[in-house]
Amino acid sequence: MLRYLIPLGLFLVLVIFLAIGLRRDPSKLPSALIDKPAPAFRLPQLKDPAKTFSSEDMRGKVWMMNVWASWCMACREEHPYLSRYSKESGVPIYGLNYRDKTEDALAWIGELGDPYVLSAVDLDGRVGIDFGVYGAPETYLIDKSGNVRHRHVGPVMPEVWNKELLPLVQELNRQ
Amino acid sequence: MTRSRLLALLLLCLLSPVGSAQVPVEDNPSDDPAVEARLAKLSHELRCLKCQNQTLADSPSSIAADLRREIRTQIAEGKSDKEIVAFLTQRYGDFILYRPRVTPTTYLLWFGPFILLLAGLVVLFRYIKQRRDTIPDQPLTAEERRRAEEMLRS
Repeated sequence: MLRYLIPLGLFLVLVIFLAIGLRRDPSKLPSALIDKPAPAFRLPQLKDPAKTFSSEDMRGKVWMMNVWASWCMACREEHPYLSRYSKESGVPIYGLNYRDKTEDALAWIGELGDPYVLSAVDLDGRVGIDFGVYGAPETYLIDKSGNVRHRHVGPVMPEVWNKELLPLVQELNRQ
Repeated sequence: MTRSRLLALLLLCLLSPVGSAQVPVEDNPSDDPAVEARLAKLSHELRCLKCQNQTLADSPSSIAADLRREIRTQIAEGKSDKEIVAFLTQRYGDFILYRPRVTPTTYLLWFGPFILLLAGLVVLFRYIKQRRDTIPDQPLTAEERRRAEEMLRS
C-alpha cells in the first residue's frame, strides 16, 4: 500500500507547488526597501520648478509616493481612483513624475486633473533607481519615521486600495 | 514560429510606439574601452527587471538603459564591481542577479537537485539489493542442466 501512497503524496505536493506558482504574478517583485528608510532626495516641483520637494519634508507624516508619467497607460487607469482615495482617507499622495517630458506631464495633469499634493520631477529616473522603480505606476507607502512600509506595482485599483493600502494607512496613522 | 505569430509580433512592434512619448532612451557609450568592457561583463550578470528573461546587456527597455548609465557612472567614479552589485541589490533585491546567491533561502535551489539525485540513487540501490535478495540462489537440477546444455548446443 505504502509504495503507492508515497508517489501519490509526492505528486500532490508537486501539484500544490505548481498551483501556487501559477497564481503568483512574476512581474510583481518584492521591494528591497520594505521597512528600510525611504531614499533621501530633493527634486524640483513639476508646477513650480523653482521650488523643490524633499522626502525629508515629510518626516512625521504618513504619506504615499506615486510614480507616474504621461506615457504610462496604467497611470491613466488609476488616476480617478487616486484623486478619490486621497480625498477620502486624507493620506497625502505625492507624485514622482518619472522619465517624462515636463510639457507632456503638465498637459496630462491639465487634462485629467491633478490628484497629487505636488509632483516632483525625476527627469532621468535617477531617484527612481534609488527606490528600485522598474516601471510606472508604482506606489510607495511611507510611515512617520520615513520608512518604506509597502510598495504596490501597477495601478491602484479599488481592490488594491481596500485590501492592501487603506488598512495599512490606517494602522500607520494610529502609531 | 508560425506565420500568424510572426505577423502578430510585427503588428505589436508597430503598435508599441503609440502613446510612449517617453524621454528617449540613449546609450552613451563611454570613450574608455575599459569602462565598456567592465559594463559588458557586469551587465551580462544582471537581470532586466522589466523583461525578466533578459540581462541588462540585452534589454532594450528604458530601465535597463538607465541602469547601464548608472553602472557606467559608478565605474567612472572608481567603484569596484562588488560595490556596484551591492548598490543594485540594495535597491532591487537579489532578483537582479542572474545567478542567485548561495544563501539559506536559496540552499534548496542550489542543492535540491543533488539531494534528489542522492535520494534517487539510494532508492535504486535498495531496489537492486532487495531484488537480489528475493531471487533464490539455488543450483540447477539435473533436468534443468540437461535442457540448458541442449539449448546451447542447438
